[in-house]
Amino acid sequence: MGYVAVKGGTRAIEESLKRLQFERLQSGKVIEVEAISSGMRGLVDQVMSESSLYSEELAALAIKQAEGNPEEAVFLLRAYRSTLPRKHYSRTVHSAEMRVERRISASFKDIPGGQVLGASTDYSHRLLDFDLLEETTASATAWLEQYLGMEELDQEAFAQEGRFPKVLDYLRKEGLIADCSVDSTEPDDVTRTSLTFPATRSEKLQILTRGQTGAVTSLAYAVIRGYGMVHPTVGELRVGELPVYIDSPLTQNTDEDEAYYIGEIKVTEVEMLVPATVEKENGRKELELDFGYGLCYGQNETKAIAMSILDKSLEKGDKSIPTQNEEFVLFHIDSVESTGFISHLKMPHYVTFQAKLNDVRKTRKQSTEKEG
Amino acid sequence: MGQISSPIMSVRQLNKQFGKGCEQCSNSDNRKLERNYCRACGTVYSCQNLSFDLYPGEVLGIVGESGSGKSTLMRSLYFDQEVTTGEAYLQPYKEGAVNLFQESSQQQKYIRNHLMGKVYQNPVLGLRMGFSSIGNIAEKMIAAGNRNVAAMEARGSELLDQVHIPVYRMKEAPKKFSGGMQQRVQIAKALSNNPPILLLDEVTTGLDLSVQANVLDLIKHLQRELKISMLLVSHDLGVIRMLADRTMVMLDGRVVEQGLTDQILEDPQHAYTQQLVHSLL
Amino acid sequence: MRIQYNFAFLDEGSKREIRRATLKAIAIPGYQVPFASRELPIGRGWGTGGLQLTLSLIGKSDVLKVIDQGSDESVNAVSIKKLIDKTTGVPATDATEAATLIQSRHRIPEVPLRTGQLLVLQVPMPEPLRMYEPSELETKRLHGEKDYSGAWLMLFEQIMKYRSVSTGADHPVMVNDRYVMAPSPIPKFDNPKMNYSEALILLGAGREKKIYAVPPYTQVVSLAFEDVPFEPESFPGHSCRQCGAEDVFMDELYDSEKEETYYQCNDTSYCLQRMNAQPLV
Repeated sequence: MGYVAVKGGTRAIEESLKRLQFERLQSGKVIEVEAISSGMRGLVDQVMSESSLYSEELAALAIKQAEGNPEEAVFLLRAYRSTLPRKHYSRTVHSAEMRVERRISASFKDIPGGQVLGASTDYSHRLLDFDLLEETTASATAWLEQYLGMEELDQEAFAQEGRFPKVLDYLRKEGLIADCSVDSTEPDDVTRTSLTFPATRSEKLQILTRGQTGAVTSLAYAVIRGYGMVHPTVGELRVGELPVYIDSPLTQNTDEDEAYYIGEIKVTEVEMLVPATVEKENGRKELELDFGYGLCYGQNETKAIAMSILDKSLEKGDKSIPTQNEEFVLFHIDSVESTGFISHLKMPHYVTFQAKLNDVRKTRKQSTEKEG
Repeated sequence: MGQISSPIMSVRQLNKQFGKGCEQCSNSDNRKLERNYCRACGTVYSCQNLSFDLYPGEVLGIVGESGSGKSTLMRSLYFDQEVTTGEAYLQPYKEGAVNLFQESSQQQKYIRNHLMGKVYQNPVLGLRMGFSSIGNIAEKMIAAGNRNVAAMEARGSELLDQVHIPVYRMKEAPKKFSGGMQQRVQIAKALSNNPPILLLDEVTTGLDLSVQANVLDLIKHLQRELKISMLLVSHDLGVIRMLADRTMVMLDGRVVEQGLTDQILEDPQHAYTQQLVHSLL
Repeated sequence: MRIQYNFAFLDEGSKREIRRATLKAIAIPGYQVPFASRELPIGRGWGTGGLQLTLSLIGKSDVLKVIDQGSDESVNAVSIKKLIDKTTGVPATDATEAATLIQSRHRIPEVPLRTGQLLVLQVPMPEPLRMYEPSELETKRLHGEKDYSGAWLMLFEQIMKYRSVSTGADHPVMVNDRYVMAPSPIPKFDNPKMNYSEALILLGAGREKKIYAVPPYTQVVSLAFEDVPFEPESFPGHSCRQCGAEDVFMDELYDSEKEETYYQCNDTSYCLQRMNAQPLV
């Protein structure tokens, strides 16, 4: 008798897991978690962002365990996240207080504070660097010494790097974008209460920021390519470190000075300018600059830009356009959800298929009876 | 007609505006509008203080140019959109004692499913294009509580036959049909529960002349046979002349003239009506 | 960096929230209670809804049974059991009677469940109206108004197309005469087991973030038209090749040596138990 896939599962799984371990180790080389967190910044940042969990060490561990597969690494971290109690909410983080490493504006050449190109691949030529095949710790150290030595003169600038005024504040002063008052509504937490529609802005932003990088990017691309709005312009993109504080858990004190500093997170923030027509009195129409917002853990520039586009797109909310339909966008961009459901198709569906088979036979029988 | 009977439907002071309104336009007695539009705040007054009665077995025509508010009126009466203010009463519903616009959306669905039928100008609004034609007709019967497949299939076939669609095509989806056939499926659907009232919104607009004539014939025939009361909206006075017993003329959200259709055609009073009649060949 | 996982994996705060949603679900039979579904170490779509229910409810004195497609030994059932065992140490059993907590995908066991037992079903698509109406906001409103025309229309269309209902698994049911509910993709054969079930049945959809319930002794009726009765799968003339059972849901298998199709109980523990009870010949 042939092999029946639903029986004998215990042994099959054990053997499968051993095989998986073998695949990971068969070359006899072990990759250090530290090597991942220091040398795979891009992947670590992407995984932290999609996982909604800020920990470079755990992200690197997940990447190691997942053999570099981001969907699997995100999955591991999200599952780990479910075991953690939510003990505190941080105080509001103000991005104006960011210690900026890089900030650019596509709207103005001369922004207050100046443009800071920082570390970016934007103007690198994508030529494979074959020297990296030969790179050693020694050559890296030598390069570092030389670089830091040369930069010594600039150390002062390095230390001074930090707070910059926001480009949008400048536009607001000019009256070119609407002054939006501070909205202190307590944000909803999509990881603690379920999403209902119409979704609040805070819910939308949370789901966008933890969305799968590729999915967020593709949908935003659709928006600017033809399914939605006119060409947006990056008002400001900044990458840097934000300090995070929590109120003292022991007292009722919410005084800022009494708050605890719990660390820094690196984020990418984008404020996107989008031209919009506003109707004024007497049917007069005025062109105004509207804006969309994007913020992601780590240096995830494309994703943060895409997020700001989708944010604006969802605010428009014309349900007949998929990228403006909040249910369409928010339900489908999560990595764990989409990869989980797609991959569940590998699971046995024998019972459902048997039920379907029964129906197919029945309808066939009925149609032959009818004809006969 | 002649005999005095009580109306089957009464509408009182129906208002529908799009926009918040402002000092210049909020008061309906002295609002300053350009046509139905307030230049100060951009509010559009689509229906302004509309009141009328529909009598049993009568066809009441509503004529007016596009933007005059007639389709908005129809959408309001079928609860496709909420009115701003106003009242409507149906004799067959709680003996005409309750304002329909105040009822819960569940009750409004009941009224739609049991007491009214509507045929939209755009069949996409009235039909599920991918479902079978018989399924489309059955949907309304299902909504009214019918749970018998054979009965619904029989009734659906009868209706398709009445609207001259070959019964062997009943399992085909309306998207495979021509525009005229789609309108006839809509009519069959609207009639499925024998509603006392039928709302017809520009049902022949956009159809070829010969197809128009077919659909109009069908409506006329159904009206004579089934004695349904109809509200018939059209921008085409020819359609109104052919079907309506009485007619209301709408302009910029208001009723500017009403009376027996013949009378309005022979002796139009309002300048707009005169223009309309004179352009009728 | 070493960490110790919590008892039953989830943090206690999360478990409490899931239990609160569960209580609400029991209080409103058939109503889908939204909850903030957690990610688990198994895939979304691989039973995370059921598993969250199990993990939030399991206690040290429980006896667990996990089945997938009727089998205790299928890879996914084993995988879930391993995870629960690793984080709770609660023993698993194959015997349906011995279990206090049964998590299942796509089947309800053949042995009738009794008071005090708890059946957790994994649900991929909790919304019975989804194929009719894609918008969540809209389907929520339809449930609120008890407007189930869509569910009936889907069945009607199938009958029109195929002359019989071909829902396969997951045939919609009416719970307590109020909510239409997706029973999860159990075969129609299992639907009647939900009606007035002595055991509490909980259904969890992890990816879609919904929990719903059929409390003990609650009426569950499979949707069916008056003249097209509900018809569960049947296997007339076939019996289980291993234990000889007849009135059970069966797997259809192919014996490549004898080149013939044969049948076998889908519920493996039921089959095994029957075989063990039979005298050795």
